[in-house]
Amino acid sequence: MNTDLPTLPPGLSSLVRGGAPAAETAPVKLDVRDLNFYYGEKRALDGISMAIYAHRVTAFIGPSGCGKSTFLRTLNRMNDIIPGARVEGSVTIDGQDAYGPGVDVVSLRRQVGMVFQKSNPFPKSIFENVAYGLRINNLVQTKAELAARVEESLRAAAIWDEVKDRLNDSALALSGGQQQRLCIARALAIRPDILLMDEPASALDPIATQRIEELVYDLKKDYTIVIVTHNMQQAARVSDYTAFFWLGRLVEYGRTDKIFTAPSEKLTEDYVTGRCG
Amino acid sequence: MSSRRAERVIEGLLFLCALVSVGTTAGIILVLSAETVAFFREVPILDFLTGTEWTPLFATQRFGVLPLVLGTVVVSVIALLVAVPTGLVSAIYLSEYAPDRVRRVVKPVLEILAGVPTVVYGYFALTFVTPTLQAWLPGLAGFNALSPGLVMGLMILPLVSSLSEDAMRAVPRGLREGAYALGATRMQTSWQVVVPAAFSGITAAVILAASRAIGETMIVAIAAGQQPRFTANPFVPIETMTAYIVQVSLGDTPQGTLEYRTIFAVGMLLFLMTFALNLLSGWLRARFREEYS
Repeated sequence: MNTDLPTLPPGLSSLVRGGAPAAETAPVKLDVRDLNFYYGEKRALDGISMAIYAHRVTAFIGPSGCGKSTFLRTLNRMNDIIPGARVEGSVTIDGQDAYGPGVDVVSLRRQVGMVFQKSNPFPKSIFENVAYGLRINNLVQTKAELAARVEESLRAAAIWDEVKDRLNDSALALSGGQQQRLCIARALAIRPDILLMDEPASALDPIATQRIEELVYDLKKDYTIVIVTHNMQQAARVSDYTAFFWLGRLVEYGRTDKIFTAPSEKLTEDYVTGRCG
Repeated sequence: MSSRRAERVIEGLLFLCALVSVGTTAGIILVLSAETVAFFREVPILDFLTGTEWTPLFATQRFGVLPLVLGTVVVSVIALLVAVPTGLVSAIYLSEYAPDRVRRVVKPVLEILAGVPTVVYGYFALTFVTPTLQAWLPGLAGFNALSPGLVMGLMILPLVSSLSEDAMRAVPRGLREGAYALGATRMQTSWQVVVPAAFSGITAAVILAASRAIGETMIVAIAAGQQPRFTANPFVPIETMTAYIVQVSLGDTPQGTLEYRTIFAVGMLLFLMTFALNLLSGWLRARFREEYS
């Protein structure tokens, strides 16, 4: 760990700068170095470096507008579609530079799936929602294969039993929690390595939230998961690692139990105990 | 006390203003209906609706309205064949591809097309488009359905593109992001996600444009000819319902005669057609708003 961030937010004596939390045996899946992000002239992310581990759940926490969602969206280049957005620094996925010249954004996004804060099913049937990514990426050859992959994805997202008898109904007829699990199924169908989740449960009731959290726990066997949340209990419950963001900077990053019980930074402690933010 | 009275007077005035437009509409429908009923006392309604000869101004009178309806349909279909594909493609460009700068210029320019007086379009069809087409299509008559149809397509193009673009921009950004996140290209996102999501809004735009085309009068009165002909051939002179009404209104047909009443029957039919289309369009737009509010 190094402590070389130049200008510090007020009240901070030192900053833990990304790097590798001690004693992790899992390989690094995503490696971010000195990442700056700008919306036009405005700098939204400032010198972020961190390593995200394979088959672990990493939570991003921090107050609204701290840059956690923006940072998440740099990982699958979702910010590319925003006019005036600009990125400096590097993001490597399995050693491949995500922003390098000649990188195919389409195949990058196939590798890095995403679930959004507001569930966004397409105005198509339940089946077609999950089939869409498979179709456009030509990932299946036969109808039987397509049906099998759709079922597998719906099962993985723990929604199969609720929809198996009405796969041809409109996805918009599902409840909020079901829609969100459908969106997870849709993201899983193309078999990404990494799943980014941007406050996936913030619009859901407690029971639906619990189901999403259980799902996250199950999915980490097969996926590397990064989840943005403003709910600290949720971060504590589902994640192995937690990164705390403040004003576009990464303040502290480490094992979740440590962040919540013995943070190194006063600012982190104030935030997780609800004294600020 | 006096301020409350003033309030009541203002309320009454506002009500009267509203009443003027409602009353006018009611008056129009009343006159149309009365004259139409009088017309159908002399001409069987079935003959009117199924006859294929329209010669009310000739010695041997026939009152089959189908040639006029077909003329209207042929011109409108040509117009829609021009306006729907181009309008949709330009709406996709404006909504999904164009940078803000370009959209801010292109959209108003496109809407200027809608502000050109239709009489100008009519002369444009008659004196420019028809002669130009005749160089390529020697069989094309001087009056025909093709060139007013094409020009009318140009006229309703901004209606299609502007309303479709509004519908497409109202599709939540989250839907596009969902598609991009699955590895969709911009083209796939536009055609497979945005257009279907905006479908009812786009359909409403097309129907409204169709209703405009059916009711359009000046272009066809000038450039399509005045020969009611039961044909789908776009190269020969035809007459539309609107053009017929103009012909009789401007001519020396005495009021109160059966010939004169034909224009009310035709007008009623025209009104019912466009009214049905407008209702359908309004219903689709309401449904679209429901889906994404």
